[in-house]
Amino acid sequence: MKKMSKTSKNNLINYGIVIAFYVIVQILSATGNLSNLLNGLLVPLCIYIIAAVSLNLVVGFSGELSLGHAGFMCVGAFSSAIFSQVAGSSIPSVPRLILAILIGAVVAAIFGLLIGIPVLRLRGDYLAIVTLAFGEIIKNLINILYVGVDSKGLHVATSSASLQLESDGTQILKGALGISGTSVLYKDIKNSYFLIGIILVLITLFIVQNLVNSRSGRAITSTRDNRIAAESIGINVTKYKLMAFTISAALAGVAGVLYAHNLASLKVSTFDYNMSILILVYVVLGGIGSVRGSIIATIILYVLPEMLRGFSTYRMLIYSVVLIAMMLFNWAPASRAFRERLRERIVSYLPKKKKEV
Amino acid sequence: MAMLEINNLGISFGGLRAVDNFNLTIEKGQLYGLIGPNGAGKTTVFNLLTGVYKPSSGKVILDGADITGKSTVEINRIGVARTFQNIRLFKAMTVLDNVKTGLHNHYTYSTFTGIFRLPKYFKTEKEMNERAIELLKVFDLDGEAEYLAGNLPYGKQRKLEIARALATEPKLLLLDEPAAGMNPNETQELMGTIHFVRDHFDMTILLIEHDMRLVAGICEELTVLNFGEILCQGRTTQVLNDPRVITAYLGE
Amino acid sequence: MSFLGYLKDGISLGSVYAIIALGYTMVYGIAKMLNFAHGDVIMVGAFVILTAITKAGLGPVPSVLLGVIFCTALGITIEAVAYRPLRKAASSLAVLITAIGVSYLLQNLALLIFGADAKSFVTVIDVPSVSLFDGQLVIKGISIVTIVACIVIMTVLTLFVNRTKPGQAMKAVSEDRDAAQLMGINVNATISLTFAIGSGLAAIAGLLLCSSYPSLTPYTGSMPGIKAFVAAVFGGIGSIPGAMVGGILLGVIEIFGKAYISSQIADAIVFAVLIIVLLVRPAGLFGKNIQEKV
Repeated sequence: MKKMSKTSKNNLINYGIVIAFYVIVQILSATGNLSNLLNGLLVPLCIYIIAAVSLNLVVGFSGELSLGHAGFMCVGAFSSAIFSQVAGSSIPSVPRLILAILIGAVVAAIFGLLIGIPVLRLRGDYLAIVTLAFGEIIKNLINILYVGVDSKGLHVATSSASLQLESDGTQILKGALGISGTSVLYKDIKNSYFLIGIILVLITLFIVQNLVNSRSGRAITSTRDNRIAAESIGINVTKYKLMAFTISAALAGVAGVLYAHNLASLKVSTFDYNMSILILVYVVLGGIGSVRGSIIATIILYVLPEMLRGFSTYRMLIYSVVLIAMMLFNWAPASRAFRERLRERIVSYLPKKKKEV
Repeated sequence: MAMLEINNLGISFGGLRAVDNFNLTIEKGQLYGLIGPNGAGKTTVFNLLTGVYKPSSGKVILDGADITGKSTVEINRIGVARTFQNIRLFKAMTVLDNVKTGLHNHYTYSTFTGIFRLPKYFKTEKEMNERAIELLKVFDLDGEAEYLAGNLPYGKQRKLEIARALATEPKLLLLDEPAAGMNPNETQELMGTIHFVRDHFDMTILLIEHDMRLVAGICEELTVLNFGEILCQGRTTQVLNDPRVITAYLGE
Repeated sequence: MSFLGYLKDGISLGSVYAIIALGYTMVYGIAKMLNFAHGDVIMVGAFVILTAITKAGLGPVPSVLLGVIFCTALGITIEAVAYRPLRKAASSLAVLITAIGVSYLLQNLALLIFGADAKSFVTVIDVPSVSLFDGQLVIKGISIVTIVACIVIMTVLTLFVNRTKPGQAMKAVSEDRDAAQLMGINVNATISLTFAIGSGLAAIAGLLLCSSYPSLTPYTGSMPGIKAFVAAVFGGIGSIPGAMVGGILLGVIEIFGKAYISSQIADAIVFAVLIIVLLVRPAGLFGKNIQEKV
């Protein structure tokens, strides 16, 4: 089976890219060539790669446009941060973090499922606007949520006063002020966050790539290519679109967990639709349905604006111009035809080394 | 017992009676033709049989099971598969994967097994590959298994659609203008393939076609539809010589 | 009486949404794309008008005219440079992302030129307030102007689309672009015209928005843009009366939500109503539900 080996080879290359990236960073770091700025970008980079690859599952493979990905990251971030705060030092760091990741994933998956059931009845741009709406609703609701813990257990309210904590209690989530001090709880493993991030990226790749190349993955892809034909051969379109949406939400939740645990303070306002759009940009520029494209586009587009920090005021301006130019270059039919002609011309000048056509 | 029994089937779109009082009985193993001028409602009948539209009246019985008003997915699982007039392949998937998607409900393993690559994944995928190649061979497409479906030439796309439909192991196969866009040689070859499918898979086939040579060459019985109603029904030679049919096609 | 007061505020805010939504809905109906940068054109319009008055010392009428002309030209340019090359792209997502790029570009240009801190908008429209029920209900002049402007624009636009040749061309292009082309309609020109009208309206929306809420930053257009988009979807995207009704309903729901439930979750309420409407009527209030032909 020629094809089997070809896809598995492709998948292996993707794992290889991620591992090579880790090794290069380690070498740079060991030789003292890694700037503090770049060092600070490593964990966020892992977060965005996970987010982009998981969004690609929905946009690229099930063919639905979602503008609410940050909402699922938000749910994962807050549920896991609350857990970490409540658990405190009663559980050692490593198992606590693993539990936090699982909790973030499961809670985000539940939200994905609940939102997906009504939303996936809609198509195209309507689905996009409703996912955007859900993202904003989640953000708004957490914004007024107060959570505290005391000897009697967990308290949840919509204002600080109505939490009614005992004197020994502490407030964990303070509405718009968010949650602070989560990363402090993991001081002992804070230095390994990049490694943890890379492992989570690899797990995400494992899940998404294996899913796509399986029976369920084919069903998901078929609903993208032709919904009516998929139904005609007995594929339950809603079920598979929902599956892609839920798994994608769970992985976004994992990205959120990493986000929450990497920062000293976690605020809900970060997870607005601009964040969802940012991730979508990575996916589309990397190539819809291409896992490798998502990884590479995220690395380039995330690091680029940070590299431009020296130009401070012009930074985002340059970014936006580059974004537009890249889209036109990559997608405009005229540009594609031009590149095709250019390629043919170059090939015709090259010495004869033609392969079979 | 008949394989397909349609009684008094009808549907209206905004007051327009698109198909009315449609009756049809097809015996197991028959090759049956549904013909008629453009806009007569032939494809609408297919859409009613496959649950794309819900009939406003009538009954459809497949091999003794009532499938009236069931969903497309359910009807496929009970045993009806189809092709489309305007080809509907999974264009960005390979030829092989198109057929393997058709095998979805017959070779199963869980999503969990798929993600974590448990032994059943490898075993089932191997069986699926073998079965899919077997089906592709029938249509002489096994050489193109790794091509993207959208890159196949037109005639081969039509064949792939039939292969994908057969992968769902239907009792009844509906072909919507299988020869459309084919040259006479390809049509000739397709006639052979359809015969082969019927004999080899023990299939019952209902087809819509405008190419009268194909219809006359392979259909045993015909129903002629005109303005949503049955104009004439019976043995192929009889129907094709019926003056009403000739009038409907050629005008007065 | 506070109920009537909120209602009036809601209708006034909703009228602004409606004018923005008209731009969204026309562009969507004809070019079949979500122009994410539309909200930022509003901001540009408001800045141009403000600069014309405060820096160039122009009077209100020439300033507003300048703003409208500037935005119209901007809209045509954006379409020609950034969107037209992608019209036949393999994925409709390409043009969506480009529109997001244009949105960033406009915001950051404004940031560079005008800075990040909020500018207070000057009074351009000076109409006296109307006092009703012995002063228990005061309707501000700007509210009246906004509502009237909305009604006039909507009426003129409806007449334009239904009664004039370019309007009919728009309808034809939105129905079937290829067929329209074959019938000799200049599709490029029609789409340009649509962007011109939508962007010109955005300048007026910018003026009205900043007259009611007189604080202007490079991000001012962003959220109203999203809300207006929601309004357009709400009313049934592509429909002119839909944009109007959707916009006003949205404004009223938002103000009532703020007044009676919680100002912090007013947006959540707006979005929740949108979701409910779409679940009941998947094509919006006035939208046509088109089924794919099998």
